[in-house]
Amino acid sequence: MRIKCPHCGERDRREFYYVGDAVALDRPDPDAGDVVWDDYVHNRDNPAGVTRDLWYHESGCSTWIVVTRNTVTHEILKTELASKVKEAMA
Amino acid sequence: MRFSGWKVIKEGLSGNKGWGAHWRDAQPKPEYDAIIIGGGGHGLSTAYYLAKNHGLTNIAVVEKGYLGGGNVGRNTTIVRANYFLQGNSEFYSHSLKLWEGLEEDLNYNVMHSQRGLINLFHSDGQRDAFARRGNMMVNQGDDAILLDREGVRKHLPYLDFEQTRFPIFGGLYHPRGGTARHDAVAWGYARGASDRGVDLIQNCEVTDIDIEGGVVKGVQTTRGPIKAKKVGIVVAGRSGQVAAMAGRRLPIESHVLQAFVTEGLKPVIDHVVSFGMGHFYISQSDKGGLVFGGDLDFYASYAQRGNLPMKEHVMDAGMTLMPMIGKAKVLRSWGGIMDMTPDGSPFIDKMDGVDGLFIDCGWNYGGFKAVPASGWCMAHLMATDTHHEAAAKFRLDRTRTGVNILDEEGTGSQHNLH
Amino acid sequence: MRINGKGLVDRSTPLTFTFDGHSVDAYAGDTVASALLAAEVKLVARSFKYHRPRGVMGAGSEEAGALITVGNGAGQDPNVRATMQEVYSGLETRSQNRWPSLNFDVLSLNDLASPFLSAGFYYKTFMWPKAFWEKLYEPVIRRAAGIGGLSGEHNPDSYEKAYAFCDFLVIGAGSAGLMAALTAGRAGADVILCDEDSIMGGRLNGETYDVGGATGQDWAASTVAELASMDNVRLMTRTTVTGAYDQGTFGALERVSHHLEDRGGRPVECFWRIAAKRSVLAAGSIERPVAFRNNDRPGIMTASAVRTYLNRYGVAPGKAVTVFANNDDAHRTARDLVEAGVHVAGVIDTRRDAPDGDGYEVYKGAEICNSEGRKALEAVTFRYPDGREDKLQTDCLAMSGGWNPSVHMTCHMNGRPVWNEGIQSFVPVDGTVPGMLTAGACNGVFSTHGALTQGIAAAQEALSDLGVKTAKADVPKAEDAPYRLKPLWAVEGKGRAWLDFQNDVTVKDVKLAAAENFRSVEHMKRYTTQGMAPDQGKNSNVAALAVLADATGRGIPETGTTTFRPPYVPVSIAAMGAGSQGIGFAPQRFTTSHKASVEAGAPMVEVGMWYRPSFFPAPGEKTWRQSCDREVNNVRNAVGVCDVSTLGKIDLQGPDVGEFLDFVYTNMFSTLKVGRTRYGLMLREDGTVMDDGTTARMGENHYVMTTTTAAAGPVMRHLEYVHQCLRPDLDVSMISVTEQWAQFAVAGPKSRELLNGLLAEEINSDSWPFMACGEALIQGVKGRLFRISFSGEHAYEVAVPSRYGDSLFRLLVSRAESMGGGAYGMEALNVLRIEKGHITHSEIHGRTNAFDIGFARMVSAKKDCIGKTMSERPGLVGDTREQLVGLKPIGVVKQLTAGAHLFEKGADPVRVNEQGYTTSVGFSPTLETYLGLGFLRNGRARHGEEIQMVDHLRGITTQCVVCDPVFIDPEGGRVRG
Repeated sequence: MRIKCPHCGERDRREFYYVGDAVALDRPDPDAGDVVWDDYVHNRDNPAGVTRDLWYHESGCSTWIVVTRNTVTHEILKTELASKVKEAMA
Repeated sequence: MRFSGWKVIKEGLSGNKGWGAHWRDAQPKPEYDAIIIGGGGHGLSTAYYLAKNHGLTNIAVVEKGYLGGGNVGRNTTIVRANYFLQGNSEFYSHSLKLWEGLEEDLNYNVMHSQRGLINLFHSDGQRDAFARRGNMMVNQGDDAILLDREGVRKHLPYLDFEQTRFPIFGGLYHPRGGTARHDAVAWGYARGASDRGVDLIQNCEVTDIDIEGGVVKGVQTTRGPIKAKKVGIVVAGRSGQVAAMAGRRLPIESHVLQAFVTEGLKPVIDHVVSFGMGHFYISQSDKGGLVFGGDLDFYASYAQRGNLPMKEHVMDAGMTLMPMIGKAKVLRSWGGIMDMTPDGSPFIDKMDGVDGLFIDCGWNYGGFKAVPASGWCMAHLMATDTHHEAAAKFRLDRTRTGVNILDEEGTGSQHNLH
Repeated sequence: MRINGKGLVDRSTPLTFTFDGHSVDAYAGDTVASALLAAEVKLVARSFKYHRPRGVMGAGSEEAGALITVGNGAGQDPNVRATMQEVYSGLETRSQNRWPSLNFDVLSLNDLASPFLSAGFYYKTFMWPKAFWEKLYEPVIRRAAGIGGLSGEHNPDSYEKAYAFCDFLVIGAGSAGLMAALTAGRAGADVILCDEDSIMGGRLNGETYDVGGATGQDWAASTVAELASMDNVRLMTRTTVTGAYDQGTFGALERVSHHLEDRGGRPVECFWRIAAKRSVLAAGSIERPVAFRNNDRPGIMTASAVRTYLNRYGVAPGKAVTVFANNDDAHRTARDLVEAGVHVAGVIDTRRDAPDGDGYEVYKGAEICNSEGRKALEAVTFRYPDGREDKLQTDCLAMSGGWNPSVHMTCHMNGRPVWNEGIQSFVPVDGTVPGMLTAGACNGVFSTHGALTQGIAAAQEALSDLGVKTAKADVPKAEDAPYRLKPLWAVEGKGRAWLDFQNDVTVKDVKLAAAENFRSVEHMKRYTTQGMAPDQGKNSNVAALAVLADATGRGIPETGTTTFRPPYVPVSIAAMGAGSQGIGFAPQRFTTSHKASVEAGAPMVEVGMWYRPSFFPAPGEKTWRQSCDREVNNVRNAVGVCDVSTLGKIDLQGPDVGEFLDFVYTNMFSTLKVGRTRYGLMLREDGTVMDDGTTARMGENHYVMTTTTAAAGPVMRHLEYVHQCLRPDLDVSMISVTEQWAQFAVAGPKSRELLNGLLAEEINSDSWPFMACGEALIQGVKGRLFRISFSGEHAYEVAVPSRYGDSLFRLLVSRAESMGGGAYGMEALNVLRIEKGHITHSEIHGRTNAFDIGFARMVSAKKDCIGKTMSERPGLVGDTREQLVGLKPIGVVKQLTAGAHLFEKGADPVRVNEQGYTTSVGFSPTLETYLGLGFLRNGRARHGEEIQMVDHLRGITTQCVVCDPVFIDPEGGRVRG
């Protein structure tokens, strides 16, 4: 598997650490309630198909990346800087 | 038809013409008392125990592919009861006891082989963590022996005790741990369930779950609608999709776990050896292949196949631990879809807000050994509407409430770290 | 039998090797299989289940019969295909799966018992008596099973792994592959051409027809020569591409020196990871056997293998060869043999319209229904269309049921091939491996002309995707014969007809599986084990599928296929795990004091990737406890020195660091004064403790964080995550500086005195109070000084750039020794921190939260932080939680052990009574007792209660009293001293 780091270009999967669904960017308010927090920390859409997840270019430039990817074919559709995605959410 | 050595000889002498189907291929009926979605190990054992323990025989297992085609036929066949948290300990202990009587119960040789499992440790800290585990196993009434380095050497003289990167301090020996022939477990339960009247329906994919007014009414399938008073979702890696049919998100992420088998070799590994430091575990099948595996590929996937980095890591671990396997040649590698949960432990529970809907999922990559007890406890829940005491802590709401979180690995809510 | 004037072997280089101890003559260029056939050795192996005699059946890596062991001693190599092992002088080979000898194999009795050993028989028996499975049945089965054997000794050979990158990967160097590589190479693309054979050319080397006006063999050789002259083309012979993976990644196994008598320092094998922008699969096809009664005897081979031995190796595999075919192609075998002067006993062709023979007789519409011969083929019985049977005396049968395209690699990413009625086999679907095209026989195109044409087209398409222009290429003139066959899978009749030769799966087994309702192709495979042998069904899958389809009354397409998975050929674990044997598995990290510690005789222990000293033995000390006790006393009474450089150090700078740290730590850091240090607790978002450590504020916008050794990497990742994914608005920069600084704890009542001897400016309790930090000049080196304490003593940590670490450590230790102290190791460090009740990852083991460890007050109510909300979940607080406590033995048994469980006094030590467990224990020389830390249900409310600690595994039960986890100096007088 090869992933295009927005900074470094296409690199082997070995350079990256995976954390899971990019829902992690959308952290609730402290008082959002237990259901919302449970959803945020634990529950997942877990799609068989296109998903967005978070990868970290750990053995590279230390950048967190939002990867749009197909969980069935492993096709990678898009990679973006997580910080830019987060800023755009604000 | 009862299987036995005499029957094998008798049939052999008469041209093996008298063998019949191991299970009936059923056509879906319009309605059942209960439907199990998923014809894997857990689904089939659930159906079997519903029929055997609770007398529910007007039931069906609906499977989108072929019986036993999921993780029950893709794992590294390890059977053990070496958990240390309250909630897990009693469950896996119960499961191991069921394994120990499974062949007689099913009249099917699943080749359950209690050849002993050794978990290696490499530091004082790991030894103490394994001591805690082993002590809990004994607390529970199971068996555990703490081996020092020389004790490990007596069992596993072929390990590299001199050069390996993480020197072997000792191991936790679980003599009753071992392996079983994975496919046979699915077939044995299928045969047992079918003999008791359960309809096993293959090539029948559930496309929706019918719910009216908070009560389950049945399922829609590729072979038409089927009504049922109770529906159990037992679909492992596909739990997310099926639960979504009932409008529920689950604390599950599906990941790929690879496994490997080598060409046949004369006996060389007699135990199950687990090398936690390298995420590597291995045993030798009765056919002679070395069967081994490692960690997840670490990315969410439904592909049932993995990539090179984890394959190589697994081989790397094997080479540092037991370099005598170097000349063994990997014949095949494959992947399964693991239903990973945030604490690494499963769920056997009712689905909130839908009467008659149940779920059994979240087996991470430890589902095979759980097959008997999972079916036993899921059947108990579906039949009696109460949780079996051995699975009382496998609740869906534990992630929300924090009550009885069962994190054996201690790695927290990142699904793929368990 | 050698045929003069034929073949590519080097007749000028004769050599000998051994098979089962017998010397065999060969020529350079032979394989073990070709040399054995030349020497008329027919019996080469025994089959898996029935121990039937087996010989060479093919000429490629898919060989189903001739598996042998190569070499002796630790490095013996089992299950090697005799067809792939090139000979060299002195090569030792042995047969397998026989006892006591290949000729007389006791377990060949299994063959007589075959009626009782039908598919899946073992699922129906061996269940009684229960205890016999592990004790009797299984050991007997295990010993009978398996094929070759490992030596059981550590691998003695070297292996390698490597990476390669290219524009265009060509898999297979037959006519299609060569043409694809040539087209791309001429266009200037970066090309890798891999072929598993020792010479390139594929089938061309085994055939006699012409290509481009030369013999196929010569055309291949000259094409390879042209490719070899191109700088942009890399030719990799003896290299099997084993798997196709995501984004154009391929695995490939290069057999580097299996063929060499003197390896000359080369690795045995190299496992390649190839990243290719585009690729073409030109893997050819595999001829399929036909199932008929006793079709497994030595001497029965595929028709194409017979041609390969004749044309490439100059060997006739028999003196009177019979051909059994359902297609035109197999007639080439008869023609080539006749031309070479070998007697052809006859061609039995199932088609009534089969072509006539030229120098041999064709029995049209006939089929072979049995064979004879004990350890080698002696005769075949065939049946005329009218049912009459006749017999041919023959010592070699060349059979062909048609060809199966080698679609395997196109299935590695879950692609499914589709049934092609014309060729009666499966063909690949383009695009199943993104970026990979298929060309030639693997694509179902069997003529040489077709393969050459497709090779050019594939290269042009791939290169056009990459924006590389290709010149117009002419297709070399080559045969373009149509592929004509009549389907034939299994000849009707009694007896056993083999489908899977390696696993001894017969037509009967497949039919039995169907009768027992293993009708799904996956069920049939798993029940009969068809396709699970070393060839992974390359020889048997399509025929077995056809038999199953017939038995279940379905067509082949609706019956479906099983999945081909990587690797294409078996790959040694040593190759894929190259470099990891011994210490290579994980990096080793050494501190700057490593050398000094080793010189001092300290045993070094692994802590993560690091090595740290366990203790520093002094003269006369016989046990680690003596050293440990002395080192603890040194710290409590004088001064000790310990390397703490392995703790993670993260340098954070920027105007928003304070706010950032407030968010990642439970407690406040924005309020920390410059020149001060604070202990911080970090949670995971689920509320569980992630790590702890001290963070120093070196300047207004500059903090230095320390993490535990184990969590250094994860914390760094976490901080970057929090910054980039949750708070990119904060102006913070961070970098790990763990390896840039050597840091030493100087602990004990004389620590300040020691340091003042080294510092440019003396310190005192006013200038460096407890938790002070700052820069300091140490022996002229600009370093950092922190007044922090893990031991509970008056202590400092002093940091210097790593290059000064070794000399500073030696200096500190010698000064300490002169003051009645010395270096201390991990054992003493652990005892000191237990005495003080300080936690490590033994306590914050990923399941405990701030409440559990008694730090709930550290979770600031004034602000949000990672993990705060979830840590307030009802299940994570309250008196049902196991809480951190101290434990002291109070009974006769004085020993405590870690990993033991806690029970109420007098309670049965069983699960339902379990109330907690011990995490850390040590003998305190200060208090002269064992001390323990552990977690006990509602423990903080139970101080003073007597409980029992039970360690079943070590056979220890100890009565303890529950107490506060801080055993020494709870008021903190010493640290402030």
